[in-house]
Amino acid sequence: MPIIKVENLSKVFGKNTKAALQLAEAGKAKEEILKETGSTVGVNRASFEVEEGEIFVIMGLSGSGKSTLVRLINRLIEPTTGNIYIDGENLAKMDKKELRRVRREKLSMVFQRFGLFPNRTILQNTEYGLEVQGISKQERTKKAKESLELVGLGSYLDQYPDQLSGGMQQRVGLARALANDPEVMLMDEAFSALDPLIRKDMQDELLDLQETMKKTILFITHDLDEALRIGDRIALMKDGHIVQIGTPEEILMNPANKFVEKFVEDVDRAKVLTAHQIMKRPETVNIDKHGPRVALERMREAGLSSIFVVDSKRMLQGILTADAANEARKNEVKNLSEIIQRDVPTVEKDTSLHDLFAVIHDSPVPLSVTENGKLLGIIVRGAVIGALAGEGEVNEHA
Amino acid sequence: MLNFMENIKTIPVGEWMTNFVDWLTDTFAFLFDPIKEGLGSFMSVITNGLVAIPPIIFILLVAILAFFMTGKKLGLAIFSIIGLLFIWNQDLWNQLIETFTLVLTASILCIIIGIPIGILMAKSKIAETIITPILDFMQTMPAFVYLIPAVAFFSIGVVPGIFASLIFATPPTVRFTNLGIRQVSDELVEAADAFGSTGPQKLFKVELPMAKYTIMAGVNQTVMLALSMVVIASMIGAPGLGREVLSALQRAQVGPGFVAGLCIFVLAIIIDRFTQNIYRNKSR
Repeated sequence: MPIIKVENLSKVFGKNTKAALQLAEAGKAKEEILKETGSTVGVNRASFEVEEGEIFVIMGLSGSGKSTLVRLINRLIEPTTGNIYIDGENLAKMDKKELRRVRREKLSMVFQRFGLFPNRTILQNTEYGLEVQGISKQERTKKAKESLELVGLGSYLDQYPDQLSGGMQQRVGLARALANDPEVMLMDEAFSALDPLIRKDMQDELLDLQETMKKTILFITHDLDEALRIGDRIALMKDGHIVQIGTPEEILMNPANKFVEKFVEDVDRAKVLTAHQIMKRPETVNIDKHGPRVALERMREAGLSSIFVVDSKRMLQGILTADAANEARKNEVKNLSEIIQRDVPTVEKDTSLHDLFAVIHDSPVPLSVTENGKLLGIIVRGAVIGALAGEGEVNEHA
Repeated sequence: MLNFMENIKTIPVGEWMTNFVDWLTDTFAFLFDPIKEGLGSFMSVITNGLVAIPPIIFILLVAILAFFMTGKKLGLAIFSIIGLLFIWNQDLWNQLIETFTLVLTASILCIIIGIPIGILMAKSKIAETIITPILDFMQTMPAFVYLIPAVAFFSIGVVPGIFASLIFATPPTVRFTNLGIRQVSDELVEAADAFGSTGPQKLFKVELPMAKYTIMAGVNQTVMLALSMVVIASMIGAPGLGREVLSALQRAQVGPGFVAGLCIFVLAIIIDRFTQNIYRNKSR
């Protein structure tokens, strides 16, 4: 069962909500509706599901309704219509008391400008969510300290927010959100106020934390690079609509429409594409079965000057050049293990194109792409350049 | 044509108001009397207590307090010593204490009444719409006008003076409380809500602490306005420095009038700097 399920969620700002909703359903654009009714459609019939443990990114430009959408989910903004199920419970139909319980136990939020209380120490800030639940001082201090340790701020307990850098403040925001052990974390442009280097660190840290915490995270951002980096799935928003939902690859490779295409155009493909996506099927020989003759024959057929050598389990053993194979045939050497070069340039399957450059640059032979030592494919220099240019075939798979 | 007003009767607003105040006086006499008694005896307890302290000790206490409240600077402490010694020297010490009690009592009542009203305004758009013009009215109506119903309700003495001061001096506290709470950044309010705070939790853990300095600025204004009512309140029998000014005025005595005025000035500066430093120093 999905942990978050949003059905037909809409928000209209203004008085004439009914008329605006009808026009929205008739497919009118946001601006037309504003002209006719004087009401602004913030979010227009959004529906999506988020699985447990997933990082679901909602991305869009400013004014696309993404911040409104995330606030509809914990009802900081009251939805006009639609349903929001968290763990099967419909928030949209709850009274205040029930809503408060869900906010305390299941949802927590991280804010763009951190949302820390300046009059409280770091520890007191982190305790806040537990404090309002009436948890004893001792227990909430313990939990808050644990959560601050987790983000690496265990020694700043008695400082005040304004004594910390932006990155550190947002770690406190993160610690506060983790302290009441929520099932879902809502992160509203959580890293947007940080400078680029710190932002990247925080993204890494979030991914690291996610490895151990396995929270369900709804992450809002306007930065496509960020979305592609951390998102398991991405929803693209425009004018209150969700335009496309998919994995980063799906969005990049199959933009649903012109809008998404335009968006994706500017992405630095070198950071997004991975070795896995541009590799080719390799020609191989089996070290346990084949000798130099077979190897030479296969090279001749494929028009290659070297060939990769694997064992029966397709574990990469090394590379054999045509020269070495010829030599071996003359000297009557049967066993390939004596003549292959074992030192082969290798990358993991999710290495980014960006990181491939350095390796492929000084390599006389194609790169081998492996997963746990198993040979998956090879990359030649031309493929890298082709992929960067945005042409050439990129492998279609998830 | 031009004199059409002659044909229209004067609307008897004044008469209505007189009747209304009469009605109030009669109907709520059972309330006004105990208030007068209670407040009167409360104030005489304070006054007597403060007068019982030997002036020199009182002055030293004020100076020490001033020294620490201003962050261990000597300025205010020295001013307090000189100023208060001067008042003592002019034989106006008891009047000073009476005035101080009046201002203190009026200010405390203003705060007790003003802050909750300010919170109400901040929380409710409707309350804000209704209360704002009332505050404008309270502040712009000449203070002398309040004296009339004050006397009707409480007869003469110190209590009607307090009543008039309340009306005149409460608005800044109300306004600044409202402003302070409304100024708390949206994100902090959202953070409080998102973590499941109840209304009172949000108010006491986030909004009031954040609005504290703004509210204190309002309180400072309130105290100053209460002090400015001292002379006016003396017209209906409130004792203290104001009465000295008033009697000097009635007898056209420039000298004594100036001295009493100077004493009020000294008191004003000391009270103002004290209240300002409460909210400046204790940041956080």
